Amino acid sequence: METIEINKIEAIVRYERLQDVQDALDEIGVSGLNVTEVKGCGRQKGYTEHYRGSQANISLLPKLKVESVVPAEITDRVVEAIVAAAYTGETGDGLLFVLPVSEVVRIRTGERGVDTIRHKTPAGWGY
Amino acid sequence: MDLIASTSLAGLKGSLDSTNVALDTLWVVAAAILVMFMQAGFAFLEMGFSRQKNVGTVIAKVVMNFSICAVVFWAVGFAFGFGAGGSILGYTGFALHSSDVAKDFPGLAFSDVGLSAKWWFEFVFCAVSLAVVWGTTLERIKFSVYFIYAIVFSAIIYPLIAHWLFSGGWLAASLGSQDFAGSTVVHLTGATGALAVLLLLGPRRGKYGPDGKPNVIPGHSMPFVGLATFILWFGWFGFNPGSTLSALSSTGANGDIRFADIVLVTNIAAACGVLGALTTIWLKTRKPDIGMACNGAIAALVAITAPSGYVNPWAATIIGFVAGIIVVLGVLAIDRVLDDPVGALSAHGLAGIWGTLACGLFTDPTLAKLNGVGQGGFVYTGSLHQLGAQAVAVGASFATVFAISFATFFAIKATIGLRVRPEEESYGLDMAEHGMWGYPEQFMPVPGYEYHQPAPPAGRPAPRPAPVGLGTSEGVP
Repeated sequence: METIEINKIEAIVRYERLQDVQDALDEIGVSGLNVTEVKGCGRQKGYTEHYRGSQANISLLPKLKVESVVPAEITDRVVEAIVAAAYTGETGDGLLFVLPVSEVVRIRTGERGVDTIRHKTPAGWGY
Repeated sequence: MDLIASTSLAGLKGSLDSTNVALDTLWVVAAAILVMFMQAGFAFLEMGFSRQKNVGTVIAKVVMNFSICAVVFWAVGFAFGFGAGGSILGYTGFALHSSDVAKDFPGLAFSDVGLSAKWWFEFVFCAVSLAVVWGTTLERIKFSVYFIYAIVFSAIIYPLIAHWLFSGGWLAASLGSQDFAGSTVVHLTGATGALAVLLLLGPRRGKYGPDGKPNVIPGHSMPFVGLATFILWFGWFGFNPGSTLSALSSTGANGDIRFADIVLVTNIAAACGVLGALTTIWLKTRKPDIGMACNGAIAALVAITAPSGYVNPWAATIIGFVAGIIVVLGVLAIDRVLDDPVGALSAHGLAGIWGTLACGLFTDPTLAKLNGVGQGGFVYTGSLHQLGAQAVAVGASFATVFAISFATFFAIKATIGLRVRPEEESYGLDMAEHGMWGYPEQFMPVPGYEYHQPAPPAGRPAPRPAPVGLGTSEGVP
């Protein structure tokens, strides 16, 4: 069986934890991430909207989906960093998934493989 | 010596008179400009209570309605409403053509301002009344309906009721029904048209579930609703105080200038309306609803419109507070059966009826005498006579406006139709009726991008002409 070299991490987190998650990922050298606004439900359930004397149950809550593709050897550190940064202890902190990725291509150069996503500090980066 | 003195005195009186006319005209024109700005209030109120896909159409509608009303009310409406003639309708002064203004427009002869100022003031009232009509029709009516009904409304419906109550028609002259600035003439008339169209139009798709229970369709912007409320409240200081049609008329008490008294009465009522509405909705749901707070202010302003020149501030607190209660209970009750997104039926209809009837309870006999219409209300006189006259005014106006409006909308429904097609309604009137979004960047694929004119690059398929089911009968590609 082929060993997994690359993983994709999908974390559903609270809006207000995003900055901490990003800071934590920066610290351990994750080279990139995507953030998407999503609506979903889980154990937190929804909330009640009051409008002109009527009520509506809104079952889907807004969350952020943070996706990052990372080399397999740092996956555990990344998972720990995200969990620590996104944690509040209240229901609704979200979930995190790890998925194997079979290939990565950098569109500009055509470069392939796990080295494509290894972190390099960009030239002129401030710190 | 005497001759010189009397000549210069006469000259002095002449220049004082012309100064008075200038002051009165300045106030009347300025007050009407405040009322004109209420169009922005109606636009923002309706947009705030609509969803994002149906905002642009509101702007197009308000701008077009105001313009149709201006032309039609100038050409015929003003003559029907305020011209000389019978006690039912006037018929002199079409297109403001008049050789003797006092004779051709006797109902407005009490004011010394010129004909242009009188027309401008009465026109903006007609435009407000027309704007009220459309509050119940949001998010599903065909744009062409606005155009047709606006003509009928400005030509005949509004002028009829205005003649009866504002211009010495049968309600004011024979019965002594009091309506200082138009709780019935402007607001009940508008709301009655709104009821007539709503009964024929039906609710928005999805408003009522299969079990008949109402669903919540939240409006997209409570800040718009708040802005609208303050614009309307602001405009009402032209609406009521301007209805003196004079800057200088005084109650005689303490040398007070009347319009300032009416400013006070108007503002107190509005404030109490907010408190009445907030109290009521809080007692019912334990939430101080944002839209209801705003509706409370508007309902109270509607209610104080008829009594504003007839009652004292203490009565305005009651009229306003009760209007706030009425609008909340009205919105909650009406929502179960009729889909009225902005609450026009309650805020303008029920509150308009309450305000008109309130004259029969709270009119101060000295103010009734000053206005020369009717007599004191129940709390001063112990007589229900005035209340009866007010009830007749409400009943007659409602029945007349409802009959003509229902007939007009029925004819429109039978010919070109009132509603857009279901798929157009789902898609939104901005795109279905106007071909453009009110908020393009909410809907077009990439915010902040520039879009090409159709000619596609070679080898690419032509862009799809219209979204699914829209514009053409071809349907889905």
